[in-house]
Amino acid sequence: MTTDMATDQASDLDRDSGSSAPSGDDTGFDQSAERRAVLKHRRGSRWAHWINFPLLTIMIYSGLRIYWADLRNPVGVGVGEWHLFDLFPDSVNEALGLERKLARGLAFHLTFGWLFAINGLAYTIYTLVTREWKQLKPGKGALKDSIGVILHDLHLRKEEPAHEGNYNAAQRITYSLIIFFGLVALLTGFAIYKPTQLSLLTNSLGGYEVARKIHFFVTIGFMAFFVIHILQVARAGFGNFWSMVTGYQLEPKKPESRSEKGQNK
Amino acid sequence: MNDDQNNNSTHDSTRNNGPDMTETMNEEAPKTISEAEFYRKSRRSFLVGGVTAAATAFGYRGLLNQEAAPGDNIPTTLRSGLEWNEDVWSRLFREGHTAPTYSPSQSSVLRVNGRHGIRSDIDLDAWELQVQGPDGEVWGTHQLSDIQALDRHEMIIEHKCVEGWSQITTWAGARFSDFADLYSDQGAADHKFVSFVTPDEDYFVGFDMPSALHEQTLLAYDMHGGPLDLDHGAPLRLATPLKYGIKHIKRIGSIQFTNEQPADFWASRGYSWYAGL
Ligand code: HEM
Repeated sequence: MTTDMATDQASDLDRDSGSSAPSGDDTGFDQSAERRAVLKHRRGSRWAHWINFPLLTIMIYSGLRIYWADLRNPVGVGVGEWHLFDLFPDSVNEALGLERKLARGLAFHLTFGWLFAINGLAYTIYTLVTREWKQLKPGKGALKDSIGVILHDLHLRKEEPAHEGNYNAAQRITYSLIIFFGLVALLTGFAIYKPTQLSLLTNSLGGYEVARKIHFFVTIGFMAFFVIHILQVARAGFGNFWSMVTGYQLEPKKPESRSEKGQNK
Repeated sequence: MNDDQNNNSTHDSTRNNGPDMTETMNEEAPKTISEAEFYRKSRRSFLVGGVTAAATAFGYRGLLNQEAAPGDNIPTTLRSGLEWNEDVWSRLFREGHTAPTYSPSQSSVLRVNGRHGIRSDIDLDAWELQVQGPDGEVWGTHQLSDIQALDRHEMIIEHKCVEGWSQITTWAGARFSDFADLYSDQGAADHKFVSFVTPDEDYFVGFDMPSALHEQTLLAYDMHGGPLDLDHGAPLRLATPLKYGIKHIKRIGSIQFTNEQPADFWASRGYSWYAGL
């Protein structure tokens, strides 16, 4: 689970023949004295990403308010019957304002859940139509490759991880997984929202109790992803972050070309 | 978040080896742009992004600060959200569709989770059920034996609480639809809603008629193989797998058929009025 976007280069994107992006000129790129900015994220992905950010935050927060309401069965962290601590310790619940807010939690959750679903659906259609999903699909041996990425990120290995397109193996696995999590959150959400009207769905997910547990663990997964994602984006630097806003990332300065361009800010 | 229709890129950006749909979705984002163009885009993105973020924060704060309508407890926008859901799911309601049922070995005595409306003393022998029409006119009164005279139905269902927990338990009693038939002359079942209130009027729930008339909505007097006890709502309570537990009113004192959406104890405290499952 890692990223190392700072080292992304334009030519990587071009090489991803599966991408439907217009193939720019590969030739002469490296020799060019001119600094250029390279397309990394298309508009559709960028909007979906930034719309998702507040929506997911609201879904997690309101979900945890719902979770608080059933403290008699907390999910514990520990081995078997022995719990190191339960989710979540009182201090955390209090600090986050999760206590006694079930009505609000539900109202937020079930209102914004639709927006979360619509945004997710729009994104899915978009990636399928533009074939952007090819950027995210883990290739053969991705699992093995991602170990190399993790070792590199932990400074245990020198070699840079191989990229194909925007993302290295670990990123592909992580991002694909998180999209899958979104689908699971949605399906289990509907399963526990309408266990009678949608009894087929609920039963196919293992019943109400099971669906509810999955729904909760997916939330824990989102929170874990959130932390890792923020850390990695911070690590990858501002240019990488900003490319999620503008769509483009400026290629690194080349020593010979510094004088020609680059100061027209 | 900005506009990819980039105009004067000096680089080739028109070739496209994707399917035709791509073009319309994508409006041709060029693969590379000049540095000057990048800064131009950056400025524009900064503006668009800043305005969007500010508008979102502003909107969210507005939502949090919104007053609840009189008699409600959550911001009006959230109430609209809940009502929108109610609209969707009541439209999807299918009369003949029943909730899953379970085997006796999975059933246990339901946990007691609330005492609203059953705190006052009660003389079970003196208890009566009053039935009213839309204007409060009394249509009739009943003893428990009247309800027990109707066909008895038993169901083992999974009870769900808004708090999140659930439990499989057994109920037995008369179908509410059979009870409503006693008042077919008054057209009881043609009303839009039913209201149930405890004798002390401390607890009250409203039902939409389709859910009330569903075959799994029972006026229950037995639970888990024995008679209903006081904590579980003796002598008569509601039980239905179509609604959260908050709608399963205990110790029913009166029932009213009406066309106006009845007051509901938990709805006025910010929960969904429909509370359907
Ligand atoms: C990213 C998306 C979502 C997240 C992070 C999320 C999170 C949560 C969490 C943490 C809970 C508490 C679970 C527990 O008590 O064990 C919950 C409950 C619930 N969620 Fe979600 N959820 C999401 C999407 C949805 C969607 C799309 C729906 C659908 C319609 C939904 C419907 C529900 C319902 C009905 C409950 C239980 C309410 C209750 O028991 O009173 N969720 N959610």
